[in-house]
Amino acid sequence: MLLALVSFELIDIFRWAYQLLADTGLPPVWVMLISYAVLGAVMFGVLALLALFLVWWERKIAGHIQQRFGPMRNGWHGWYQTIADAIKLLQKEDVTIDARDKFVFFWAPVICFVAAFLAYICIPFGKGLIVADLNIGILYIMAVTTFTVIALLMAGWGSNNKYALLGGMRSAAQVVSYEVPMVASILTVIIFAGSLSMVDIVKAQQGHAIFNWFVFRLPFGPIAFLTYIIAATAEANRVPFDIPEAEQELVAGFNVEYSGMKFAMFFLAEFVNMFTVSAIAVTLFFGGWSGPWLPSWVWFLLKTLGVVLLLMMFRWTYPRLRVDQLMEFAWKFLVPVTFANLILAALMKHLGWYW
Amino acid sequence: MPELRTEEYQINMGPHHPSTHGVCRLLLTMDGEKVVDAVPYVGYLHRSIEKICENRTYAMCIPILDRFEYVTAMSCNYVFSLAAEKLGQVEVPERAEYLRVIMLELNRIASHLIFFGTTAMDLGALTPFLYGLRERELIMDLFEMTCGQRLTYNYIRVGGVSRDIPPEFVPKCREAIKIIASKLPDYEGILNENPIWLARMKGIGHTDPQQAIAWGVSGPVLRASGVKYDLRRDDPYSIYPKFDFDVAVCWNGDNYDRYLVRIEEIRQSLKIVSQALDGLPDGDIRAKVKAKFKPPAGEVYVRIENSRGEMGVYLVSDGSEKPLRVKTRGGSYNQLQFLPEIVRGRGYLIADIVAIFATFDVIMPEVDR
Repeated sequence: MLLALVSFELIDIFRWAYQLLADTGLPPVWVMLISYAVLGAVMFGVLALLALFLVWWERKIAGHIQQRFGPMRNGWHGWYQTIADAIKLLQKEDVTIDARDKFVFFWAPVICFVAAFLAYICIPFGKGLIVADLNIGILYIMAVTTFTVIALLMAGWGSNNKYALLGGMRSAAQVVSYEVPMVASILTVIIFAGSLSMVDIVKAQQGHAIFNWFVFRLPFGPIAFLTYIIAATAEANRVPFDIPEAEQELVAGFNVEYSGMKFAMFFLAEFVNMFTVSAIAVTLFFGGWSGPWLPSWVWFLLKTLGVVLLLMMFRWTYPRLRVDQLMEFAWKFLVPVTFANLILAALMKHLGWYW
Repeated sequence: MPELRTEEYQINMGPHHPSTHGVCRLLLTMDGEKVVDAVPYVGYLHRSIEKICENRTYAMCIPILDRFEYVTAMSCNYVFSLAAEKLGQVEVPERAEYLRVIMLELNRIASHLIFFGTTAMDLGALTPFLYGLRERELIMDLFEMTCGQRLTYNYIRVGGVSRDIPPEFVPKCREAIKIIASKLPDYEGILNENPIWLARMKGIGHTDPQQAIAWGVSGPVLRASGVKYDLRRDDPYSIYPKFDFDVAVCWNGDNYDRYLVRIEEIRQSLKIVSQALDGLPDGDIRAKVKAKFKPPAGEVYVRIENSRGEMGVYLVSDGSEKPLRVKTRGGSYNQLQFLPEIVRGRGYLIADIVAIFATFDVIMPEVDR
């Protein structure tokens, strides 16, 4: 038992805790319910902390790119700045306008927040560290992450504000458009993995050091990764594709009327989404949790934060695209490229020209 | 199938909007995301500067006119002093003229650096703003060293300047010039070759030279549309004929050209400042002007080339110690009036309006006064 703790694989700790629970002699139904409740709470806690960490990290990165320090006052390099911010937002008065659509206005941030977390059911954080290894894993993730667009559209409509409505409409158009190249890039990987399950996709990339990672499978791998990361940036509503909230045009877009806790929900959901798309990128293209020496979950976290860093550097370097240019880019460039890439990959698979 | 009913709607951009650079209100008529018409509403920042000046002596007018166009407050000081000097026939010592030119050009650079930053920010790139302000800080430090102020200087007075530069000014200024000149390629590196930046800037907001002249547009907006017109060269004032500089000009009149013209103007201003530092003579910094300055009765209009176009003051004196009438002219006002002409019927989107507004470099205190 102690040996399990020494191995630093989190799954062993979970198994040990589960065994402890099972040994108490409770009915199996109770064991199952308690373990799922604990698991859910742990997942939620970890992700919420991760989102807070990402907010802080983004501010630090932005600061250093812009030749300043970012938060410095609260703790070492301002490490609890975002916690203080979150507490401030929790305490804030919930200011709303009278002319809102009450039901839609209230539920939009909730749906956005929940949808952001749903994807984590089948993301493998480490070896065996997955809530449910669904055999349609990636399909499930693609399906639930699309809930976000409904939430943004609801926020835009419920706010009864022209800026917010424009933001909501923009987000709907954008997410629906970029879903196509995103799924086409993912399909390229799935052709070679031969499975939709996230665990199987990771296992298909093991061996041959890093050369079995799909990002290194020439020539289709790098192209698929690039198209995926572009589409993912758009899915996560990040610069240069952040037109739904486009501060300089639409003031704050869909969340212009939100304040306090409701705003915090949108805000944290954005960062959770960013982590989601990065985690998918790592699982599909960078061999997921696999790596030498370090525990698997550490590898997963390191790789994912690397992709997050990339997204953050996009944000603080690029200007924003205009809404029509965004659509043109999706339909006239990304979609043809991804489909051509998909055909190429399918041909290579059929002819067996791959390793 | 029933026909889909669509209608145009109106949206208020401002008075509180992140990218209207102050309290400008643009009433946009929209067809979906397309802007059909834009009508600017001004007056939210009216401070009655011209009327207040009628109740102040000439010396007291200058700090008030600082607020006329606070991004380049040196120009406001200067243009009023120039008008008063022309009325009172005051001879300004040569050293004062040199100091004035140095300050005016440094302030032009500071203004264009703000333009660079805010334009990039309006287009969604947040980092260049910090870069622009970082270099502007060097210039602000120089001003602070000279006159103690960083925004509203009250430095250029009737007959000269308020005080001499400290001895460490010249080396510090040379260093600042060097740093700014070395950073300009960085700015171009982060924006000029960026495809998103080019897609947002090129071919948007085209201005026709005839049209621009007809609307009284001046400054970089006019020069970007291919009219080589710079008051420093065409209607010289102060000691500008002594310096060797080019008038930056571009030919397409779109957003990108307006941006290029301003970046080039930073280079030319750096050139002028370094020439002025080289030729800085010794001597008085202020002509003998009585404490109660009373110019003879008469009227005068003077104009200078500000960073936002022609800045002028029309001054009427009745021989007393207070001006009878002060009328100021700022480039921003004409450019804001020109904006609907550019926008109307061209099918631009909100994002384009923001970009055009940014590259026109309209600031509201100059419009409302």
